[in-house]
Amino acid sequence: MPNAKLMQGNEACTLGALAAGLKFYAGYPITPSTEIAEMCAEELPKIGGKFIQMEDEIGSIAAIIGASLTGRKSMTATSGPGFSLMQELVGYSSITEVPIVIINVQRVGPSTGMPTSLAQGDVMQARWGTHGDHPVVVLAPGNVKECFELTVKAFNIAEEYRVPVIVLTDEVIGHMREKVVLPDQRQIVVSNRAAPSTPAGYLPYKADQDGGVPLMAPFGAGYRWHVTGLSHDETGFPTNKGEVAGNLITRLMRKVEKAEPIIRDYATEATDDCDVLVVAFGSSAMSATSAVRQARAKGVKAGLFRPKTIWPFPEEPLKEIASRAKRVIVPEMNLGQLVLEIERLVAGKAPVERLGKVNCELFRPEEILAAIMGGSK
Amino acid sequence: MSDSLNYFRQNRLPHIWCPGCGHGTVTGALTRALAKLGIDKNNVAVVSGIGCSSRAPGYLDFDTLHTAHGRALAFATGIKLSRPDLKVIVMTGDGDCTAIGGNHFIHAARRNIDITTIVMNNSIYGMTSGQYSPMTPTGLLGTTAPYGNIERPFDLTKLAIASGATYVGRSTSYHVQLLGELIEKALLNKGFSVVEAVVGCPTYFGRKNKLGGAVEMFEWQKDHAVNAKAAAVMAPEKLEGKFLIGELYNQAAPEFTAEYAALVDGVRRKYDNFQGGVRECAQNSD
Ligand SMILES: Cc1ncc(C[n+]2csc(CCOP(=O)(O)OP(=O)(O)O)c2C)c(N)n1
Ligand code: SF4
Repeated sequence: MPNAKLMQGNEACTLGALAAGLKFYAGYPITPSTEIAEMCAEELPKIGGKFIQMEDEIGSIAAIIGASLTGRKSMTATSGPGFSLMQELVGYSSITEVPIVIINVQRVGPSTGMPTSLAQGDVMQARWGTHGDHPVVVLAPGNVKECFELTVKAFNIAEEYRVPVIVLTDEVIGHMREKVVLPDQRQIVVSNRAAPSTPAGYLPYKADQDGGVPLMAPFGAGYRWHVTGLSHDETGFPTNKGEVAGNLITRLMRKVEKAEPIIRDYATEATDDCDVLVVAFGSSAMSATSAVRQARAKGVKAGLFRPKTIWPFPEEPLKEIASRAKRVIVPEMNLGQLVLEIERLVAGKAPVERLGKVNCELFRPEEILAAIMGGSK
Repeated sequence: MSDSLNYFRQNRLPHIWCPGCGHGTVTGALTRALAKLGIDKNNVAVVSGIGCSSRAPGYLDFDTLHTAHGRALAFATGIKLSRPDLKVIVMTGDGDCTAIGGNHFIHAARRNIDITTIVMNNSIYGMTSGQYSPMTPTGLLGTTAPYGNIERPFDLTKLAIASGATYVGRSTSYHVQLLGELIEKALLNKGFSVVEAVVGCPTYFGRKNKLGGAVEMFEWQKDHAVNAKAAAVMAPEKLEGKFLIGELYNQAAPEFTAEYAALVDGVRRKYDNFQGGVRECAQNSD
């Protein structure tokens, strides 16, 4: 097999980043994400890229935003405590529209929690961790191969829409080893931010009001533009006009809303005729897949919807499938986060059952199977 | 003079600072130093945090980055490491630099990364209307130190030197000539440079501490600053309550981005010609 390799999720994320054009990494070590930093420290100098271990996670996200402003594709990786520290600047990346990628290998929280144990407790933080309305895209790989694919995708979305993109993996996916066939570099589609052609008349935040993406000049290229986290108008300078500030936020949010049908990514299994729909992501989806297959073997019409873009959520496909289901079950390694979004989308058309778990152990397929069978008695 | 005006975004003026605020004086000194050195506008990035002082870059005609409170040096580190050919300047306040940004400050100094940091020290949080800062002298007042500050202030220049900065100086908005000279030398230093500019905030620090207006604050600077060269031969009791101005440290050391470039050169010689993308991963194992 060409390029078939046994690798970890964290390694696949790093290789995906390199394939997408990663040139700058700043980070602070934290389990279970550290392998990503270690690999970037080793690989980036080989391609003339840059690596720096910053003094903390706030510094790390600051440094990658700075580097991204000079035109380099930049990322950091972290886990719970570090992700919490980064939040203020996630908002900075959103409002200044400087593309960055953050890999968050989730672990048990709150606080230091259990550093080497599994949880999926950052679903809501990934979406709403920073203050204010803000755009962000969150991708959730369900296996090692998807760690590669979705990290490439994360960079492409960051570049095309100028938003922070978070790859939300977890301790199991990050450390799990699978045999992966990597695509040939030439087959990988890589996007780059659109740049203006001349400094003359450049308006750094001028864009179609309905969710347009402005052109981005790199620092050090003669554009001499201003970047601020203050609400700004299309010149990039601060405004104190409520209406202008409101238009900015509306455009930023609209950008991702409009992108949703294009970037939407999900997988399904046996959903054509399913009575019981299981919705699961990341490592929980591995167990859910097995549970659905076992249920089918027992004659129960179960199906799986596995979102890979979780923010924005693939709304229409889920609604369509859920409209035919009698029950919806949402297993996740937290006490009920993604399920809130599912409840919103299903909107009372079928009962949505929560299957939360916080004992650090990956779901056993039988646990999900029991839930599937339970209601159909 | 026309030269340095050229470094301003004149359409962004007038500025937001209060009459008598020292921040404008420091900003002017920086532009004159840049003009004197003939630095190309397109080759400069000016980065700041949050505060009255941190508004300065908005008035300057470079690529400018107004970041989050305390984080200017971390953003600047990313810019400089990514583009070592750019002249990177950080403009920050005493609060921005030494409270919330203190960690980034000591680490940027430790790395000796080639960034020129200008700290506008008005001994107070001006933007949030007069709370005490880590550089408010003991005993003086702030809105959050209504009975007098019981904390001890940083000596920023000593902190910078101890942390590894390779060029350190201090001046005031009264000693503008000296301030310009220090900034000029800081810009020329290949490494982490710190220039502390003692400035007045008549609106909050001055009023709260009954130090008078802008003019009296200038007088205070004049009376309390002692040139480091003169101080060297003065009796210690004569220096009581005074602070030193002038060049306080100037000692070359390896600079971070140059060291990184050397590292990259070494590694690339080994891994010749690799152009990026998916490749054999050294770390892969079973
Ligand atoms: C994370 C965060 N905390 C607090 C603030 C509020 N804040 C804005 S400016 C400032 C102090 C600025 O003081 P200094 O850096 O000394 O600058 P000056 O205004 O005196 O020039 C504070 C506390 C903020 N913007 N962000
Ligand atoms: S409040 Fe103080 S620091 Fe701020 S502009 Fe006015 S005088 Fe300057």
